Amino acid sequence: MLVGREGSRRILTAVSKPAEQAGLRVGMPLTKAHALVPEIVTMPADPAADAAALERLSLWALQHYAPIVAPDPPDGLVIDTTGADHLHGGEERMLTGLVNRLAASGIFARAAVADSWGAAHAAARFLADPVRVIAPGTVGETVAPLPILGLRIPPETVTGLRVLGFATIGDVLAVPRAPLVLRFGPLLGRRLDQIQGTISEPVDPLRDPDVVTARKVFGEPIGAPETIARYTKGLVHDLCQALEKRGLGARRLDLLFHRVDSSLQAIRVGTARAVRDEDRLTRLLSDRIETIDPGFGIEIMDLTAKLAEPLVLQQAVSSLIEEEQADIAGLVDVIANRIGAARLYRIAPVESDVPERSFRRISPLSPDVGTTWQNRWPRPARLLARPEPIEVMALLPDHPPASFTWRGKRRLVKRADGPERIFGEWWKRDAELAAVRDYFQVEDAAGERFWLFRSGDEQQVTAGLGRWFLHGIFA
Amino acid sequence: MSASAAHAVVADLRDRIRQFDGRAARDRAVLPFGVPDIDDRLPGGGLALASLHEVCGGGNDAVEGAAAMLFAAGIAARTKGQVLWILTRPDLFAPALAQAGLAPGRVIYVEAGDEKSLLLCFEEGLRHGGLGAVVAEVARLSLTASRRLQLAAEAGGTLGIALRRFKHRSEESAFGQPSSAVTRWRVAVRPSVALPVPGIGRAQWLLQLVRCRAGEAADFDVEAPDAEGRIAFSSRLADRSSEAGAWRLGASA
Repeated sequence: MLVGREGSRRILTAVSKPAEQAGLRVGMPLTKAHALVPEIVTMPADPAADAAALERLSLWALQHYAPIVAPDPPDGLVIDTTGADHLHGGEERMLTGLVNRLAASGIFARAAVADSWGAAHAAARFLADPVRVIAPGTVGETVAPLPILGLRIPPETVTGLRVLGFATIGDVLAVPRAPLVLRFGPLLGRRLDQIQGTISEPVDPLRDPDVVTARKVFGEPIGAPETIARYTKGLVHDLCQALEKRGLGARRLDLLFHRVDSSLQAIRVGTARAVRDEDRLTRLLSDRIETIDPGFGIEIMDLTAKLAEPLVLQQAVSSLIEEEQADIAGLVDVIANRIGAARLYRIAPVESDVPERSFRRISPLSPDVGTTWQNRWPRPARLLARPEPIEVMALLPDHPPASFTWRGKRRLVKRADGPERIFGEWWKRDAELAAVRDYFQVEDAAGERFWLFRSGDEQQVTAGLGRWFLHGIFA
Repeated sequence: MSASAAHAVVADLRDRIRQFDGRAARDRAVLPFGVPDIDDRLPGGGLALASLHEVCGGGNDAVEGAAAMLFAAGIAARTKGQVLWILTRPDLFAPALAQAGLAPGRVIYVEAGDEKSLLLCFEEGLRHGGLGAVVAEVARLSLTASRRLQLAAEAGGTLGIALRRFKHRSEESAFGQPSSAVTRWRVAVRPSVALPVPGIGRAQWLLQLVRCRAGEAADFDVEAPDAEGRIAFSSRLADRSSEAGAWRLGASA
């Protein structure tokens, strides 16, 4: 529990979960809290350290999530996800990932994506679900039932509005604007417009003083894609020279466009390895210029290498007889920036007999593990996401099926091979201690081949009982 | 004597046509199947390397594409370098690719969400030039798109395989629509030969060369690829010319 000062009073500024259950609230005077729960433990609040921690968190989000990030004091971060969410598999997955990563380091967080900063601010703080994506155009109905605390207005205004009987944002939006503004000042009106997105609210992005940047300020605003591409090339050239001086290569590049209407547009690209190749970086950035809306024109272009790593020069071919390996890092980067890095992978074998556990995804540029699957039995080309139950006629106890029905079609089995017995991995889950699958490869009258199994515990399967499933399709 | 002279004249004419096309000599490099009966049917004695090929499963396999996938894997396994495999549905089982000769260390998978990004990745991969082969599981392939892909394959010198995989069996007719692919193959499964002991032998396919630029359509009875990705001619040899058996689905010997 944290205690801060407000004037001469000492009030609670943060309370823990058990304390909240005991009836303590943020904003309660310390004396009252002591009266309610005498044994509470308090710590003095340190707003300066909180702000510094928030800034560190912002820098982390800046490096990992999006090019435009700013602290939203006292307890939030604002991230402009435009042009960055696809790299994390969409908005929903990006938010879930962010919240989970914060939770892993002991920070309880809620996140929301909305059309406007104001709406996301209110939704993240006052909606129950930890992750919320508000679809475009539905901001009004989503924020209407939220309390007026979510409006980012001074506490006096909140108190004043409460006295007048306003409880939710929807209440305030429903009444005529002019009397409210007369009474509470222009800030309230501006916040209401900002939450609805009718006036823009630029995010002043946090800048890391250590990163390498290149900046171009235009006398006349520019807007044509060709012009943007030309200046992008120039900026990349400048940046690469700056990187070369420090012996670095870029891992993540942000290109920020300051528009004349003081809003920001951004492009973020990432690379799998540190790169200082001008052509490759220009190519990656130019690919995404089409996502930029120049509006009335762009005044400033800012290129920063948000993540940079030492770049060691390597000898390309070490001997004459060694086979030349084509470098595909460039291709991997181009594709990863188009569709997201998680969609690009290599599959490596895992030592497991259970088919669905026998592989794992690794990064496309990771070194070749050099192993392959040690199966002497043939494996199907297609593996169903989950085994589908089938109706089977089979001789007991251990014969392959004579016929089976899958997806409403009955097939006569002409030839079969099996069983191949696979035991459950008891060290993974207790339920698998007795689990057994007997796999059969069967061929129907038309020549199509399927991978079936009978599942159950060992006694059942050996006795010919157990349920049948279809797991894969051979060629 | 006269036949070989005629052959020389035809070869000379083909060379001159290629020069008009402006295609470099490396574009004519081919990847032989290692099966003389198939290689003889293909111009240049094998699959043209720097070009686009289409493969489709026959019958029920039009939806699952399992046999077609192994056929493509067998071809890709015999190229040199990394292979880019572009998927739309993540139901590919990698150990099967390894059993068809394509080691896991050689394949980079791309899960393209929609048709647009799939074609984009396909073209990017072909144009890059550093890959051995690019395989993409694609449902729709318009003439324009295939033309673009073919040009990209020529520019990058990479073998491209469009693995046509349809949502439903009825869509298979789309395979007959024009495209710029150099060859088109249909792979249909056939009942395998009974072994003298209980069990299943090597899978048997009816491999149809449906269309071939500067070549004739033909049907082949083949066996599924072995661990080196090589298909073999079926032991119960039944080579039929295009007049006899082409377009007949699931024909059995």
